[in-house]
Amino acid sequence: MAKTPVQFTLNGTHRAHFVDGGANLLDVLRREVGDLSPKYGCGQGTCGTCTVLINGEPHLSCLTLAESVEGKSLETTSGMANGPDLHPLQRIFMESFAAQCGYCTPGMLMAAKALLAGNPNPTREEVIEGISGNICRCTGYEPIIDAILQAAVELRSGRVA
Amino acid sequence: MTIHKGRGFACINYPIGMNLGGDPSQALVHSTPDGKFKVALSAIDLGQGMKSVTRQLAAETLGVPVEDVYVDTADSDTGPHDMGSFASRGTHRVGNAVIQASREARGLLLEAAAEELEVNASDLETDGKGNINVKGAPSRSIAVAETAIAAQFKQGRTISGRGIFLIPTSDVDPETGEMTPVSCFAHAAVVVDLQVDDETGEVEVLEINSAYEVGRALNPKMVEQQLIGGAWMGVSHALYETTEPYYPNRDHGPTDFNQYLMPGPGEVVNHNIAVLERPAEDAPYGGKGPGEMCANPLLPGVANAVYNAVGVRVDALPITPEKILRGIQAIGGARPQGMR
Ligand code: FES
Ligand code: FES
Repeated sequence: MAKTPVQFTLNGTHRAHFVDGGANLLDVLRREVGDLSPKYGCGQGTCGTCTVLINGEPHLSCLTLAESVEGKSLETTSGMANGPDLHPLQRIFMESFAAQCGYCTPGMLMAAKALLAGNPNPTREEVIEGISGNICRCTGYEPIIDAILQAAVELRSGRVA
Repeated sequence: MTIHKGRGFACINYPIGMNLGGDPSQALVHSTPDGKFKVALSAIDLGQGMKSVTRQLAAETLGVPVEDVYVDTADSDTGPHDMGSFASRGTHRVGNAVIQASREARGLLLEAAAEELEVNASDLETDGKGNINVKGAPSRSIAVAETAIAAQFKQGRTISGRGIFLIPTSDVDPETGEMTPVSCFAHAAVVVDLQVDDETGEVEVLEINSAYEVGRALNPKMVEQQLIGGAWMGVSHALYETTEPYYPNRDHGPTDFNQYLMPGPGEVVNHNIAVLERPAEDAPYGGKGPGEMCANPLLPGVANAVYNAVGVRVDALPITPEKILRGIQAIGGARPQGMR
């Protein structure tokens, strides 16, 4: 099958890849680019662990055609930390035990980041809504919701990592 | 349409691990030349925190900082044998093996230090901060790292330890049929409050109150985390999850994740937990670990609450709206049992 050249930025770095026609973004990120932070859960848009940000909006990368990100700006969890300094969301997830097996965590962090970017002061219900496309098998969600609310407070107070 | 509130209680006496073949776990501990310790295990961490807990247990027993211990569960081919991570056996079985291995390694560590300090090993103590001191004379001291270097490059000895935990075999008494399948039990009691819509059969869980007895909570934050998540998994099993809703008839089962029912973040309910500590004698520092017991009592708790709300005894899981409605129909209308 013919390959299509695609150019985009990933966590601020310019990327150019040849992708198979019809390839999904999750496969391309994991296999071609080598960014293993978005996870493969269901491959059919149900679990949310493959969530990445495309021009700041959360998207399920398993359902996104790789060719469609031409010229766009992508963010994944591997770009969240600033050197050794974790993003407040990452740090608070860790400190408040919002991950057990961690398989849902990349998707949760992406969904939370997008939520807080658009709504820095969300209510509990808005946080629940914001992560409603993401499934977690382990935590019972409670610690994740709490962590996002706490991160919102910290981000608002300007202590940015 | 009427919404009926119901409350259900359930408690559990939960066996830790299993009896099969003695349920063995092994652990190997050794120091690196720079005085850090590696713990090799073949039991793996599925997210329940076994790596953190065994790391704590090794550090505590060795008498070194927890940062200086690394738990390696990378390869069950080359690692020491283990039955596996299941049956709520991790903390108890693997933990005991890690303690035994760490004790042996600690003995060799103190012997190596004794040789350097020219004292008896029995006169030495660790400060838990990376130093080994002569009891009562803390100025006479050597760092664990220095000891490891001396052992490796000067004394030519290893600082290592082997551990295995095997529960005593329990045979069946030919007269009574009695046996002791497990050596240690954990306990829990839960109260589930929910409401049932007698027109749709839908159940909404309102609040969970629970008390869990897990021996010593070796890592209290992780215990709490596992209890909250595990209890929620129990609610999910009670009300939603199945691959074969009409078993043994295989019709209408989910064919993929899209059709597999699970509660999401929107269905989370308030859960108040009391963790009770009753350390077990044969458990590592008394810790039995929460394990599967987090989830189990929620299933009968929900079933009892549904009965309390509408008088319907559903005896097959999950307790779906359909089963509740059929039950209500069979008894000629909802029969709330009232709160006692
Ligand atoms: S892998 Fe994309 S939603 Fe599950
Ligand atoms: S932490 Fe395991 S799925 Fe969320």
